[in-house]
Amino acid sequence: MLSRTKRLLAAGLASLVAIAAQAKTELTMYYPVSVGGPLTQVVDGMIEQFEQQNPEIEVNAIYAGNYNDARVKALAALKSGQPAQLSVMFSIDVHELMDQDAIIPFDELVETDEERQWLNSFYPALMENGKVDGVTYGIPFQRSTIVMYYNKDAFREAGLDPERPPQNWDELVEMGQKLVKTDARGQVERWGVMIPSTGYPYWMFGALAKQNGEVLMNSAGNQTWFNKPGVVEALEYWRDLGSRYGVMPEGTIEWGTLRQNFLEQKTAIMWHSTGSLTAVKRNADFDFGVAMLPARKNFGSPTGGGNFYIFKQSTPEERRAALKLVRFMTSPEQAAHWSIETGYIGVSPAAYETEALSRYIKEFPQAAVARDQLKYATAELATHQAGRIRKLLDDAIQSVLNGQAEPEAALNAAQKQAERILSRY
Amino acid sequence: MNQRTWLHAWLMLLPALVMLLAFTHIPALSTLWHSLYLPARSGEQAEFAGLDNYRMLLDDEVFWQALSNNLWYALGTVPTSMVLALVMALWVNSRIRGRTALRLAYFTPTMLPMIAVANIWLFFYSPEIGLFNQLLGSLGLDSINWLGDPDWALPSLMLMTIWKEAGFFMIFYLAALQGLNPDLYAAAALEGASPWYRFRRLTLPLLMPTSLFVLVNAVLNAFKLVDHLFILTKGGPNNATNLLLYYIYENAFAFFDSNYAATLTLVLLVLLILLALLQFTLLERRIHYR
Repeated sequence: MLSRTKRLLAAGLASLVAIAAQAKTELTMYYPVSVGGPLTQVVDGMIEQFEQQNPEIEVNAIYAGNYNDARVKALAALKSGQPAQLSVMFSIDVHELMDQDAIIPFDELVETDEERQWLNSFYPALMENGKVDGVTYGIPFQRSTIVMYYNKDAFREAGLDPERPPQNWDELVEMGQKLVKTDARGQVERWGVMIPSTGYPYWMFGALAKQNGEVLMNSAGNQTWFNKPGVVEALEYWRDLGSRYGVMPEGTIEWGTLRQNFLEQKTAIMWHSTGSLTAVKRNADFDFGVAMLPARKNFGSPTGGGNFYIFKQSTPEERRAALKLVRFMTSPEQAAHWSIETGYIGVSPAAYETEALSRYIKEFPQAAVARDQLKYATAELATHQAGRIRKLLDDAIQSVLNGQAEPEAALNAAQKQAERILSRY
Repeated sequence: MNQRTWLHAWLMLLPALVMLLAFTHIPALSTLWHSLYLPARSGEQAEFAGLDNYRMLLDDEVFWQALSNNLWYALGTVPTSMVLALVMALWVNSRIRGRTALRLAYFTPTMLPMIAVANIWLFFYSPEIGLFNQLLGSLGLDSINWLGDPDWALPSLMLMTIWKEAGFFMIFYLAALQGLNPDLYAAAALEGASPWYRFRRLTLPLLMPTSLFVLVNAVLNAFKLVDHLFILTKGGPNNATNLLLYYIYENAFAFFDSNYAATLTLVLLVLLILLALLQFTLLERRIHYR
């Protein structure tokens, strides 16, 4: 009798397991990597851990190239009817994704008070690109600010204090000039500073503008301020670093090879995403420091990077599962792990209170710079028709750095065209 | 022709015709249709635009620059890579030691994926750490910001394209060379024709059908191969290397303006048709098919 009950129980359990297996929710998620390095393994590891903790959810995390590629692939998948319930995409794509009617706000997904509190647990500066009219569409994940990496050995060689990186624009020029090293023929062996001007020129420019007390657009994303005097001044300074002060090469500087340039000591200072930090740390065979970008009127950098979005084309179960995944990936422990592995900012203050990250920062204080800079951060350039608007500004910047146009004329033209494009919104 | 052969012929043609219709002609027509509308905003119907997209195109400086870049790019890559291909083919067709290895070496660039190649060349071109500037430096020359200087960026892309394409075209020339009738050369030798004379009066004319084929393909490739742009320059600096197909991609996927992209596509299509017609009508008369 007993054994029969046992058998029945066992059968019942087995069928329950079978049902559970059938009811497995499948999620497809695209994500970008824009700074190079073995970041895909880190993401895969985190996903695996999530699946172990949540056996009822299966996640296909698909690496999709840079930010543009990830957006293209995710949206193409949606349009062709393939499933994708969530993705990490550019934080600044938010207006575009809303215009495409592709995403749903997280405010509609959270149910409990605890979940609502979770929505407010992130650094406010990181939410600037994720919120539109007070509604949250993007949850910060791989988020960065631009920081200044500098070669302490080069500083020593040039007779500069390696613990005192340039604090303002004038010092950047002065120190940069001391850091430039030329060979016997007068060819530059090491530059003072490099600010990349391909890939994301508008992003670097956002930093210079912010340092000069200006922002590039309003938060509704339907107005730009490309030709304000302070903004023009910022572009003049950027150009002068190369053409007037000779501390930076003239012409554009490639984003994709800049880190290698820094590692091979071809430049003493580089401005780059904090997402490169761990890669620099692992590969630099010299002593390097990380500092906030120099100030003009104040310190300043735009935030950057990718947010989690949840797509409208999904069932309620999938949305709950997706929310669970997003919460896992941005939980303090995972955010700490992600920050240590990459250099990206731990997205919430709680991440920095975890033992892992606080210990890491004690050993490697460079890792806290990006977070500390959040106090001075502004949103990254995000507007409606973002691709077009960004290209207008990128082209203007590149034309000035290449000596094809004057800053004021180039920015006036970009502003005029931007106004025409944004007049519909 | 009787009814049955007629039916037979159409049946034989049908599969290819269906494929052509489904993947070439119908998409081309829908592109035309698409180019007459404005992009739909969320939840709204697409608005009929008439020729507005075409008017926008005429005013679009980036389009004109991409078009002129593309013509220069074709002019810079097509003749050079064809001549190189022919020279290489002649060389690896002669009886020299290790010619299999040589053929393989020439063909290798073609087998590598463009994206992978571009990632390697990105570092070749890097002004401070790149191979090319180290070569220039060892010769005592000033370094060049290859991809960052608008005057050098497009020629730099051309150089890589030629390197990539020449080996591919070599294969066609090599195949053609091996199909040439040795009797003709024996006769020419008897007449005491010099090697240059033999090349000019025998080889070159006999290779004309291959040359036309290669030319058409090379011109097409000059307009349709843009993979390397994604890695090397993204069309920059300031559109100095923007090519039509890349600009179409930007409009469709970075700007979400598939209607304007359709407009550009149609222009590219017409351009390619014109170029193909030109090549066939100009050269057809000078070609002897056997």
